Amino acid sequence: MRQSFRRMMTIVRKEWLHIIRDPRTLALVIVLPVMMLFLLGYAVANDVKDIPLAVADLSHTDTSRTLVDKLTVSEFFMYTHAAQSENEILAMMDAGIVKAGLYIPESFGRDVSTGGVGTIQFYIDGSNPTIAQTAQLAAETISQSMSQEILIKRLERSGTGMQLGLPVDVRMRYLYNPDMKRMNFMIPGLVAIILQVQTLLLTAFAIVREREQGTLEQLIVTPVRSWELMLGKILPFVVVAFVNVVMTVAVGAIWFGVDVVGSSALLAGLSLIFLLGSLGLGVLISNISKTQMQAMYLASFIMMPSFILAGLLFPRENMPWLAYYAGYFLPVTYFLEIVRGIILKGADFFTLWVWIWPMAVFSIVVFFASVLLFHKRL
Amino acid sequence: MAISVEALLLTKQYSSQPKGSRPALDAVDLHVEAGQLYGLVGPDGAGKTTLLRILSTVMNPTSGSARLMGYDVNKQAEQIRSRLGYMPQAFSLYPDLSVMENLRFFADINGVSHGKQKSRIDELLEFARLTDFTSRRSENLSGGMRKKLALACALVHEPEILLLDEPTTGVDPVSRRELWQLLAKVIQQGVTVLVSTPYMDEAERCNMVSIIYQGRILTTGAPVDLERQMPFRIVEVKAKPRGTLRQVVDKIDGGYGWRAVGDRLRLSVVDPAGVQARIKANLETAGAQISILREARILMEDVFIYLVEQQEKQA
Repeated sequence: MRQSFRRMMTIVRKEWLHIIRDPRTLALVIVLPVMMLFLLGYAVANDVKDIPLAVADLSHTDTSRTLVDKLTVSEFFMYTHAAQSENEILAMMDAGIVKAGLYIPESFGRDVSTGGVGTIQFYIDGSNPTIAQTAQLAAETISQSMSQEILIKRLERSGTGMQLGLPVDVRMRYLYNPDMKRMNFMIPGLVAIILQVQTLLLTAFAIVREREQGTLEQLIVTPVRSWELMLGKILPFVVVAFVNVVMTVAVGAIWFGVDVVGSSALLAGLSLIFLLGSLGLGVLISNISKTQMQAMYLASFIMMPSFILAGLLFPRENMPWLAYYAGYFLPVTYFLEIVRGIILKGADFFTLWVWIWPMAVFSIVVFFASVLLFHKRL
Repeated sequence: MAISVEALLLTKQYSSQPKGSRPALDAVDLHVEAGQLYGLVGPDGAGKTTLLRILSTVMNPTSGSARLMGYDVNKQAEQIRSRLGYMPQAFSLYPDLSVMENLRFFADINGVSHGKQKSRIDELLEFARLTDFTSRRSENLSGGMRKKLALACALVHEPEILLLDEPTTGVDPVSRRELWQLLAKVIQQGVTVLVSTPYMDEAERCNMVSIIYQGRILTTGAPVDLERQMPFRIVEVKAKPRGTLRQVVDKIDGGYGWRAVGDRLRLSVVDPAGVQARIKANLETAGAQISILREARILMEDVFIYLVEQQEKQA
């Protein structure tokens, strides 16, 4: 046993030297998560607002100006261009100068004030569905609330003497992510990405490199056992992955204000279990790859579905049933629920149990299978 | 004498080979006595690496068995590994680790105690003349120095048997000589050495040689005995103009053909005196100028060519 431990630590020491001696990889390992954090934070996750809007107000009345004000005050739209006609709006839409256009015909103000129906035309650039949906929803909501206000005024003026209000008052309250910030959705996802992608790739590379270099042949004839070799190679990457997770969560909290509501110790513990599965997959990939290039391609077979099906970037609820259930075959799906649960909701072990046990079973099976399947033969 | 390495009917058919094709290793028998410097000589693709990989427990044979120090390579690999030094053909040390770090790594992984390590490593550095390069990364070593470091790493745990796969391939002539001198020292310390090489001249440095070709052992014996057993003698001739020399030699049927070595032609003949007389007469008639015409010593290369030709005649 002491001999075993000594041999394993010899591998660990050597692996550390490899990591430290290769500054480019080391830099990537540390810089990549931070870079992804900022990319997701500033480039991808920006919630839709200030959609450039062109307005052609031919009505020139208080009512029409109120409508335009309400749209721009909402922050969904930014009044960037004034137009004189419908055609001018369409030309600006074609050129991509504005993403939305509002045409208020000359008769609008008169129609509304005389108790009729004032028609307005709203244009939306549908090429980006996210922007289009937001714009549509915002425009509808704003115009409806304005219609209601006008309706109430008309009824009051008709002299029923009643205090009029809307019969149903819906009060929304968001739990867990009160500000509806995209970053709150992203940071937990990023923790999962780092643990899945980085550890899988680094482990696979570390073992395939020995094969590519020919050093594996030399290692085979030494007394080191398969599991000593595997554990020795894996341990340094567990440390690296953990440093990265801590860093991601810390930057998330300090810079983006996404605090960990739940227990950090629980998060660390469950991350470790998930990590075992990722490392195991890396070892399995390295077992069937002869070159680092092959390992890279094989890894993307696991990585792409993880990104898309597990609910990392897109909510799983909107997926077709096949994609939805396929997600259950990916351990990262469970882990995402766990990380979001702990960071955003402060969920505890028992609440998360439904997600924990499938992930734990997967991780442990894959990990032990990978270590046992590694044969010290060419 | 005790047998250190013993292989019986060792056969290896790679799964990548088409079915029914000649196996990479075809029923090979091998007996290496303890303390010998044993040479495995053959051209590229003969099966040298396959044989050494099976003996070093790196690879499993398809059939047949092999024992090292009495332990079976299939079933008792762990017992063999702690007593075996193996140096693969390709450079197989860590390029980003220094000379010292590589040596320490292989000492640790082989379970050399810390007390013993320092003196053993110092001794090997001295032996391989690498004392001045301990902090240099192995990727920055010259070809010859890399081989010497690999040899030192293979010896760090004082193995009883050393298996070397083409240690001198791709190394300059000076380093090649140095490596063979090192092997001689290893033998003096009582280690059994099995070394493969594609260079026939290197075979002469071994106590015992097996010539391997197309997965089969063609012959085994001490180099001197092998040369003596051949049914031919060698006549060496050098003359000008060389075109005339070739024409003359082509017409003489000495028995086993001829080949050019440097600026001379070597004929394998049954009757060296008669052939010499005929060459002399014919060359003089053709007006050529003879500078060398004599019987020469049989070399391993001549033995090898003769055996391969016999093999091909049979097939």
